[in-house]
Amino acid sequence: MQLQYFLIVAAALFCIGIYGLINSRNAVRVLMSVELMLNAVNLNFMAFSDFLDPLDVKGQVFTVFVIAIAAAEAAIGLAIVLAIYRNRDTVDMEQFNLLKW
Amino acid sequence: MNLAEGVQIVSFGLLAAMMLGAALGVVLLSNVVYSAFLLAGAFISAAGLYLLLNADFVAMAQVLVYVGAVNVLIIFAIMLVNKREDFTPIPQAWIRKTATAVVCAGLFALLSTMVLATPWAISTDATVPSGSMVVIGKHFFTDFLLPFELASVLLLMALIGAIVLARREFLPDLEEADLQQTMLTLPERPRELTPAGSNPGSHSK
Repeated sequence: MQLQYFLIVAAALFCIGIYGLINSRNAVRVLMSVELMLNAVNLNFMAFSDFLDPLDVKGQVFTVFVIAIAAAEAAIGLAIVLAIYRNRDTVDMEQFNLLKW
Repeated sequence: MNLAEGVQIVSFGLLAAMMLGAALGVVLLSNVVYSAFLLAGAFISAAGLYLLLNADFVAMAQVLVYVGAVNVLIIFAIMLVNKREDFTPIPQAWIRKTATAVVCAGLFALLSTMVLATPWAISTDATVPSGSMVVIGKHFFTDFLLPFELASVLLLMALIGAIVLARREFLPDLEEADLQQTMLTLPERPRELTPAGSNPGSHSK
């Protein structure tokens, strides 16, 4: 088991998350892609914490903070999606141009 | 390579394949309900990878918070936004898709070469014998005390903010009926005023 395996898997997960974030039309799927990217970052933290800092596991502490903040982000994001759906009657990301121009 | 090493390698390969496959399914499948359930698979595989990295507490927190809370919240949002709509196809969508795929593949190639080329300072210490939970608890209440308390305040703010954002302002059945008379007042649910100390059903006799 090497550190590089975990880092490469995390990089692949992050790139999949970016692809979904840009190409999704459904607003809920965009939030799911953000969760995937946060998971990739968590996996990086955990790998570094286990391989470079096994006695003083600060990476795991950071991961717990990221998990807590991701939960808050999911709640706020889904509330925003619900509010936009009520106003616009759609979840298509191409029609959400309220702040674009 | 002894037996434990082989078991670790095999389980790592299985978990990584499950996680990447589930993530690809989340991104690429057309039905969003399938995406939500595959997202749970990706989260559970990530928890298994955390177990491989000697982190029992964070694996349990991952299963509890992500699979138990965030994923259920996403499924609830899909059920609330249950409008089956066919998105109007935008012209030249394939340009954006291919450009994004090329950029993501390039980013992945860049990150992998960086990962493989960097000489990491691998520590040779053994892991903490008593499990990581005791160490994490000590960190939370000594040198990470302020971020810990700030996280609780942030969660409270997110709770109240989500309620304020998702609350239905206009009641749909009262909207057309009361719009003429009460143009200048905020429509809200009518509630009968009961004086304190009397139950509301008893004033009719």
